[in-house]
Amino acid sequence: MPELNLTSAPAHLRHGSNIGQPLTRRDGVLKVKGQATYAADNHPPGMLFAVMAVASISRGRVVSLDVAAAKRHPGVVDVMTPDHKPELAIDPEIKTNPFVFRMEVLQSHEVRYANQPIAVVIAETLEAATEGALLLAPRYETLPALVGLDAGESFVPPVVGVGNPTESHRGDVEAGLATAEKQIDATYETPPQYHNAMEPHAIVASWDGDRLQIDMPTQGLMLSLARIAELFGIAHDKIHIRSPFLGGGFGSKGLMAGPPTLGIMAAKLVGRPVKLVLRREQMYGPVGHRAPTRQRLRIGADGEGRLTALDHHARTVSSTFDDFYEPAADASHTLYAAPAIRTSHDAVRVNTGTPLFMRAPGEATGSIALESAIDEMAWACGIDPLAFRLKNYAEVEPMTGRPFSSKALRACYDQGAARFGWAKRSLQPRQMRDDAGLLVGWGMGTATFPALMFQAEARAVLRRDGSGAMEIGAHDMGQGAWTALAQIAADAVGLDIDRVDFKAGTSDLPDAGIAGGSAHTATAGAAIHSAGAAVIAKLADLATNDERSPLFGAGNAGVIARDGRLIRRDDESRSESYAEILARAGVAEVEARGTGAPNPAAMEQYAMHAHGAVFAEVKVDPELGQVRVSRMVGAFAAGRIVNPHLVKSQLFGGMIWGLSFALHEEAITDRRSGRIMNANLGEYHIPVNADVPPLDVITVEEHDPHVNALGIKGVGEIGITGSAGAVANAVWHATGVRVRRFPIRIEELLTQR
Amino acid sequence: MKPFDYVRPATVTEAVAAAAQPGAVYLAAGTNLLDLMKGGISRPDRLVDVTHLHGLDQIETLADGSLRIGALVSNADLAHDPEFARTHPAVAEALLSGASAQLRNAATVGGNLLQRTRCAYFYDTASRCNKREAGSGCDARDGENRGHAVLGWSESCIATHPSDFCVPLVALDAVVEIEGRSGRREIALDALHRLPGNTPERESALEPGDLIVAVRLPPAARGFAAHARYLKVRERTSYAFAVVSAAAALRIENGKIAEARLALGGVAAKPWRARAAEDVLRGVAPTADAFQEAAWRALTEAKASGDNAFKIELARRIVVRALLLAAAGAPARIPALPASPFASMSGAIHA
Ligand SMILES: Cc1cc2nc3c(=O)[nH]c(=O)nc-3n(C[C@H](O)[C@H](O)[C@H](O)COP(=O)(O)OP(=O)(O)OC[C@H]3O[C@@H](n4cnc5c(N)ncnc54)[C@H](O)[C@@H]3O)c2cc1C
Ligand code: SF4
Repeated sequence: MPELNLTSAPAHLRHGSNIGQPLTRRDGVLKVKGQATYAADNHPPGMLFAVMAVASISRGRVVSLDVAAAKRHPGVVDVMTPDHKPELAIDPEIKTNPFVFRMEVLQSHEVRYANQPIAVVIAETLEAATEGALLLAPRYETLPALVGLDAGESFVPPVVGVGNPTESHRGDVEAGLATAEKQIDATYETPPQYHNAMEPHAIVASWDGDRLQIDMPTQGLMLSLARIAELFGIAHDKIHIRSPFLGGGFGSKGLMAGPPTLGIMAAKLVGRPVKLVLRREQMYGPVGHRAPTRQRLRIGADGEGRLTALDHHARTVSSTFDDFYEPAADASHTLYAAPAIRTSHDAVRVNTGTPLFMRAPGEATGSIALESAIDEMAWACGIDPLAFRLKNYAEVEPMTGRPFSSKALRACYDQGAARFGWAKRSLQPRQMRDDAGLLVGWGMGTATFPALMFQAEARAVLRRDGSGAMEIGAHDMGQGAWTALAQIAADAVGLDIDRVDFKAGTSDLPDAGIAGGSAHTATAGAAIHSAGAAVIAKLADLATNDERSPLFGAGNAGVIARDGRLIRRDDESRSESYAEILARAGVAEVEARGTGAPNPAAMEQYAMHAHGAVFAEVKVDPELGQVRVSRMVGAFAAGRIVNPHLVKSQLFGGMIWGLSFALHEEAITDRRSGRIMNANLGEYHIPVNADVPPLDVITVEEHDPHVNALGIKGVGEIGITGSAGAVANAVWHATGVRVRRFPIRIEELLTQR
Repeated sequence: MKPFDYVRPATVTEAVAAAAQPGAVYLAAGTNLLDLMKGGISRPDRLVDVTHLHGLDQIETLADGSLRIGALVSNADLAHDPEFARTHPAVAEALLSGASAQLRNAATVGGNLLQRTRCAYFYDTASRCNKREAGSGCDARDGENRGHAVLGWSESCIATHPSDFCVPLVALDAVVEIEGRSGRREIALDALHRLPGNTPERESALEPGDLIVAVRLPPAARGFAAHARYLKVRERTSYAFAVVSAAAALRIENGKIAEARLALGGVAAKPWRARAAEDVLRGVAPTADAFQEAAWRALTEAKASGDNAFKIELARRIVVRALLLAAAGAPARIPALPASPFASMSGAIHA
């Protein structure tokens, strides 16, 4: 990986501060020129290619592999199987912490899901390894597969999501339903979905004695490093991971999974560097997915359209060997002010790779059901869907009664509705047509996502030549960390962005926490912010304690750091450059560390969430049932916007994913074998350009003094929530047909003429 | 990938000789074949690359007025040929509704005709499939089959032929020119693809070594230029195979239909010519009622092969709409969203 050469900021763009500026991606030119090195672009000398053989059954045992045939194939160096592999230091089935997932690394001959790795062929060329894997011709002892939401006895999992209670309630739901004037009892289904990041999971691993060099896309450098250290029994400082760019992750690259571990094992087995890249269809199994759900919503409302009760139950699946439960019902905790709310989950075990976090886990699945049900209730009450949501606006978090740290949702509703022209919507469905005779429908949904914070550390340096450095092992999955975090860093140390040497993306840098939960900018940003403050404080000490400095004695008054100078707060005519201070002090540089972390006191006191309102217009062919979204407006309030340009892109991406959720995405699973029948981007439909209408994003100003020092809430996932429901509700408004199984399919809309 | 011989013959005769051996297949642009080889569905011993053969990339008008399209003309070049698009608008529209711009730039006319089914079980080598492995069974029959055939299927195979291009071609009586071991012959496109019966592994009338050299549209095909459309319902606006599609072409004289042509796509193992429906329309006024009647006729023999009964109703509706669109007249330009129900949407800027 050569030194990164990031694009400089254009002259004269800044107007004072870096945060808030719409800088274009500093790594954009590298990417356009193909010079950004992704993991699989690395080719250390002597490197071999590893290809996984994966199971074509979803339950049973491998009884034979023709290893000899594979080995005879020219170029094949070795074949790693359960009987021939380097031993791990610990059993990969042991969960040493809640962020450890069980993985298949050839620990047995058992098959627990389709596409599970069952062997790895290592060869001089990719072609030889690929053919070698085919020649293994596995034979199986097959057991009947467990498939689908009714595969077996359901049970109540101990927790859902990451440690959320399986069941929560406030108030008496049954009483609320009993007294309700209007009741809705509706069941919605969402399909399994796969992250399908553009960049497949890949690893290039090289051992040098007990040192391990790794190129691998990861959303969690330190989590991966710790897992690798325990699996291979080596010290943390013997491992170096580079992950400067990810071609998308969406949760699937958050935790160490089986395939990259197999790459490291393969390198150990053959004593040479090894590259292992998943084929697209191999991503449908060992690297996580969004589990299917079946959600029942029972809602009551009084004569005025005020909610009396909200009961949200979600059935989901997990694998037969590990636990991750899509916390779909929890979407009902925060949005609508019902006096009685209950959320609950149950699950069945099926032969699938363990489900995992996938962009807005729980929120996305729960939101489309909740927003559909709220829309159904608004219609039952004869009230406009926006008016209905405003009537039930939550002034405090309904499930906990805590005040919100900030909540500009009302402004989102107002601004979004105004931009969209919502006021002209007909209450009745199937009323609007365009010039071509297509049915037109308008729908909306409320977006929400928690404002989370994890733990991070950063190191800031100021140098005698007047430049600075900021180091943090942050992750850029395409969201723009190279740019947004550098903007925060520049402000943190009071320098131009191009004077700050911003380092990220490798495991030798301070831990930036995981790039997930929409919390990376907030968490890493907070660490950067405090590291900057700490290093400026050190520099200020040097100056204010030195009688030769014009800042001498300003200790109490304080200084301001700006444009590479410290300036006396009470007398701006007295200032000194960083370079002068360091030169006189005779030191080459000063450095300091800072951390970012959640504030437990504030979290105790406040409910912290980003919010938004999404409005969608769809057109539906009245006879043929084909649907196309023609317009979408999303207004989001997510605290401080570090870079409006990048934030818009994130929100666009989320809205497109919401559209995809409502209309396109579904992994089609064979009901008998449990195999996924459309494991490729030709047939696993996501929207193409022609499906994506002009998108309009409004970022609503919101000042939050509680979430973190910078007031950042995060925008990575919220765009999906609200959007999926808005599209689904627009389809209902266009056709009068309420589809409760997603994605909405043509046949469901052929019922009416 | 399994090792194979790669031959690049200089002449058609050499090509036919090289491909006549067992285990040999022709390679055109490879957009279908290479995927099949990578997935282990096709494991040929020899690839006979025809892309360098001379003279097969021409579009020419013959003395009798018929149009002859060389087998190596790319899908994109054919669709964007202004004269072709003017005289055979439904064919151009069908081509542009298929695959993606990149694929259309590469894919050839011959390859499009002979592309294999998109049945997921055919592509999944762990599934039983009579087409891939004769006599092994058909896992689609009781599987995930909402996209499968509703016409002409058998218990052995319920797959569909996925080509868009072939649908208007079969409606317009296209003829396929073939060079084989015993010289040149030609057959109607309607006779090129076979229904599965008990031998779904035999997909076409071609014999080993047979090379498609051209597709010919008879002079009569131009007679429909004013009233010919292709319509394709799919699960996203572009870059998706048809759930169901239809090509409709009318010759209207004095307010009456002198002759009608109708074919359906995505419903059977071949592009489905609906002659009974055409007969209904001869000599009548182009009204919605007449088109309804034709639609019923077109689907009288249709039968669900699984979770796909909706395709029968959808096919009827598409037939009616395609006929209405054809009656209204072919547009002066191919719409930005070709063959889409949203083709008339203003502001559409994508293909
Ligand atoms: C993702 C994707 C989406 C697609 N979507 C669509 C769609 O929406 N609609 C649609 O119609 N098509 C679609 N296609 C299919 C596409 O049209 C075909 O792949 C293409 O037309 C094949 O042409 P080719 O030249 O690449 O043929 P090849 O792949 O080279 O060959 C295909 C077959 O034809 C045989 N063959 C080729 N030329 C000759 C010849 N001259 N004589 C005898 N045999 C020959 C080959 O041996 C092979 O069996 C899609 C394909 C992909 C990959
Ligand atoms: S429908 Fe035909 S192609 Fe599909 S699995 Fe059955 S036999 Fe094979």
